[in-house]
Amino acid sequence: MSRIGVAFDKARADGRALLVGCMPAGFPTVEGSIAAMTAMVEAGVDVIEVEIPYSDPVMDGPVIQRASDIALAGGVRTADTMRIIEAVAATGAPVVTMTYWNPVERYGVDVFARDLASAGGTGLITPDLIPDEADEWLAASDAHGLDRTFLVSPSSTDARLAMTVRHCRGFVYATAVMGVTGARARTSDAAPTLVSRARAVTDLPIGVGLGVGTGAQAGTVAGYADGVIVGSALVRCVLDAPTEADGLAALRTLSAELAEGVRNPTR
Amino acid sequence: MSADALAPVAGPQPDSAGHFGRFGGRFVPEALVAALDELDGAWRTAMADESFRAEFGALLRDYAGTPSLLYEARRFSAKVGARVLLKREDLNHTGAHKVRNVLGQALLTKRMGKTRVIAETGAGQHGVATATAAALFDLECVVYMGQVDTERQALNVARMRMLGATVVPVTNGSRTLKDAMNEAMRDWVANVDETHYLIGTAAGPHPFPAMVRDFVRGIGDEARQQCLDLTGALPDAVTACVGGGSNALGIFHAFVGDEAVRLYGFEAGGDGVATGRHAASITGGSAGVLHGTRTFVLQDADGQTLESHSISAGLDYPGVGPEHAWLHDTGRANYLPVTDDEAMAAFELLCRTEGIIPAIESAHALAGTVALAPKLAAELGREPTIVVNLSGRGDKDVHTAGDYFGILDKER
Repeated sequence: MSRIGVAFDKARADGRALLVGCMPAGFPTVEGSIAAMTAMVEAGVDVIEVEIPYSDPVMDGPVIQRASDIALAGGVRTADTMRIIEAVAATGAPVVTMTYWNPVERYGVDVFARDLASAGGTGLITPDLIPDEADEWLAASDAHGLDRTFLVSPSSTDARLAMTVRHCRGFVYATAVMGVTGARARTSDAAPTLVSRARAVTDLPIGVGLGVGTGAQAGTVAGYADGVIVGSALVRCVLDAPTEADGLAALRTLSAELAEGVRNPTR
Repeated sequence: MSADALAPVAGPQPDSAGHFGRFGGRFVPEALVAALDELDGAWRTAMADESFRAEFGALLRDYAGTPSLLYEARRFSAKVGARVLLKREDLNHTGAHKVRNVLGQALLTKRMGKTRVIAETGAGQHGVATATAAALFDLECVVYMGQVDTERQALNVARMRMLGATVVPVTNGSRTLKDAMNEAMRDWVANVDETHYLIGTAAGPHPFPAMVRDFVRGIGDEARQQCLDLTGALPDAVTACVGGGSNALGIFHAFVGDEAVRLYGFEAGGDGVATGRHAASITGGSAGVLHGTRTFVLQDADGQTLESHSISAGLDYPGVGPEHAWLHDTGRANYLPVTDDEAMAAFELLCRTEGIIPAIESAHALAGTVALAPKLAAELGREPTIVVNLSGRGDKDVHTAGDYFGILDKER
């Protein structure tokens, strides 16, 4: 079983959902992002999702795009991401990577998989790579023992849902809403239905992302999903903070609140 | 001339998943796949439906004003040393080839029962065309436009608003066409149930590249027959400018099977490809994935998209349609860069010899033709016949051109 799978099992045994927190690599700086992700782990985030910044992140809303732009303007490279993953993996938390496909293809698909595995990454979430176009990634992730997480959406047909989860390893990413990343006032009505549709066709754990930003929302999602994925709300802590120390403090507070939320599911 | 604008012709097709060789395909969030499948199905059904074809054909004829003329530009020809025939897409309603594509997609939008269209635009020409079709078909219309482009194309912004469209200036990234396309994609992901994303060029995820090509391929079908009628033979070469590449594909498609006809796409070379300030994705880019498709992209060593540059907002895009990437790979079409200065020299030449102010996009095709003519003449040992796609008129570019030539009153 993959390391993510072990973490999901352990959380399930504890009767709770797993908390996945996302942060762009190199935001606000390479060292700053390591500090931020370490703080998230210390405050109770179970799994860190390291997003490799990309110039054209069509699945991301304004908060993550702005953070990615800051990282890129600071000169972060894909190679730096590997160093960041290594540092965060050293905390003991499983690290999963997320990025758009072009940076992976440009790095070299097999070389990317090799370097990601040797940095201690467990796998990759691909928001714009669907299994239909993923032959090269399927081969590389097999060769290097990496998980692969494809997205399922409320608009996925039953046939696509079944096909997509069949290609997943580690966990499945269910997008809670039709839309892009960014915290929303209300959690999605579509997500519970999507999760139950996915459960009907896979035994893999299912994480729900998009739109979750508070402890209460995390508790709601934890009521029906195995994992709660939070990005923009955490990124905003750093983005809006007047100083780096303030950003880390806000990040710790929100991470603890979310960690509390996944331990108190609303059913 | 065939009245049926969608009759099948021999020529390259993508596979069922939209691949042109190693290019094309779908690199999109899963949330969009259902909408792309719906569009693919609606498009294929419509293509096979005589009533759709008749309705599209009637719109092209009665509303858009096609077939557009094939005009023999004698004074321009004399300067260039070739028999130059201009395919006058600038005479279409809204002033460019793009009206063909938007009418086709607007008809499909209606057939799919959707009530809202969104579009991205660089120069504003596609935005104006989309706003026009939306008004005609009573569809809500939102146009995303990079903030930089809203400033350099203020007149077209006003046009879109007059036609009832909402224009949203995009302030992300480089604030140009590429970022407008990202914003439109995001809107589409969130509103896909009632919204059709009316992509303005033969790029993006399958089925857009093939579908847009089929909606604009009347350009080449008409030009081929018109050339035969006028000269009794096929042309030696067909030329067009290439940004995303819809006008070029539109005119190339009918000639792809005619192996003796050379196809030339002229990309925006900006300050020169060697300077790095250009928009020549095939000449100066490399294979990658952008905006849902695999194609040639201007990118750095990490796969981050580079900013493009062109004096023409309509060509200022760091990617190109995947079918062009494939035509380049197979060697069927030739892609060469034209600098801003070369394009503007040809712009001026057409104005002064023919009394036609071309779009600066189209001036790239004219400039490429000026350079090509003597080479082709030498090779063939006679004066060549060259069909140039004059893809649009230059009204929208008068300010840019006026600045370039220093002929605007400074006080204004």
